[in-house]
Amino acid sequence: MASSPLNVTVVAADHEVWSGEATMVVARTTEGEIGILPGHEPMLAILASGEVRVTQQGGGKVTANAEDGFLSVENDTVTIVARNAELVK
Amino acid sequence: MGAQLRVYRQKIRSAQTTKKITRAMELISASRITKAQQRVAASGPYSRAITRAVSAVATFSNVDHILTTEKETINRAAIVIFASDRGLAGAFSSNVLKESEQLATLLRSQGKEVVYYLIGRKAVAYFAFRQRAAEQNWTGGTDQPVFDTAKEIGDALVAKFVQDDSEGGVDEIHIVYNRFVNMVTQTPEVVRLLPLEVVEGVEEPGEHEVLPLYEFEPEVGDVLDGLLPVYIESRIFNAMLQSAASEHAARQRAMKSASDNADKLIKDYTRLSNNARQSEITQQISEIVGGADALSSATK
Repeated sequence: MASSPLNVTVVAADHEVWSGEATMVVARTTEGEIGILPGHEPMLAILASGEVRVTQQGGGKVTANAEDGFLSVENDTVTIVARNAELVK
Repeated sequence: MGAQLRVYRQKIRSAQTTKKITRAMELISASRITKAQQRVAASGPYSRAITRAVSAVATFSNVDHILTTEKETINRAAIVIFASDRGLAGAFSSNVLKESEQLATLLRSQGKEVVYYLIGRKAVAYFAFRQRAAEQNWTGGTDQPVFDTAKEIGDALVAKFVQDDSEGGVDEIHIVYNRFVNMVTQTPEVVRLLPLEVVEGVEEPGEHEVLPLYEFEPEVGDVLDGLLPVYIESRIFNAMLQSAASEHAARQRAMKSASDNADKLIKDYTRLSNNARQSEITQQISEIVGGADALSSATK
């Protein structure tokens, strides 16, 4: 399982912010930081406002600011949904 | 120039000016429809993700949440009407208003009291003219809705829904808006927003697929608490975007037929004025001929 990458989508209320494949996603939930690797069990979590870090397959990193949202993991598909979300350059 | 002719020329000029305005509005609406449609499409991923998550929570847990449970007795129902700020959009606003009147009649016949929430100046004006009270209204920006307004409306509705019956809370919330089908068709739609029925988007698992058993963080109840208001906001935002796209489409169509009508008027009046000019000339000639005749017969 670990070989297949995660499909990550970051969506804001009015547009899709980013989508692509990744090896790891780190986000901050209301309970604390959580790291998601391929093969993670299905999960729904409420996000605390803060950064979401996505490590891409080549090793590149994408960071997004997410505010007021949640995160869902299911069959290696990670969806980060936030009212306001934007990429940090 | 004869009086008749002057009147026709005036009418032609007036139709020409009207045509310039309606043509301009038609072009503006046409260019905005595309943008509005793109916004509807762009908000798709968000609402899909939320709907999926909400249905997942609702299906895989048996938690009763206040927003999803139906009350035993429903005394008061709210109707949220999405109209437009500006007129000149054909039957756009009157369609939703008519639809909501029907809904109100139905609800009243079931013994429910109806309260209104209005969006758009046209709806507010409709109610003001009939001296009917509305619970709350939002005006401005119906043609380019922003998410903050949707959040405001959502918060107000959820607060009212959570409130107890005796304190003026509502037990049921319906929304009425124009759904954008395509450029020529926009249909008024009535949807019950609360209590929630999460039906759409619940994907039947395939035969080999195992139902994902979600883990919730922090707790199922907390996740629902956080998710449901967001879901409602996204439904409202979607209704606002659909309504905006429909408004532009309806206005474009109305303005197109207005321009066509102006064209027809100009053509008709040009014919009439040509007629009037010709008969004026004919009359002048016969007057001259008659005068010359009279003179020549007098000198003889």
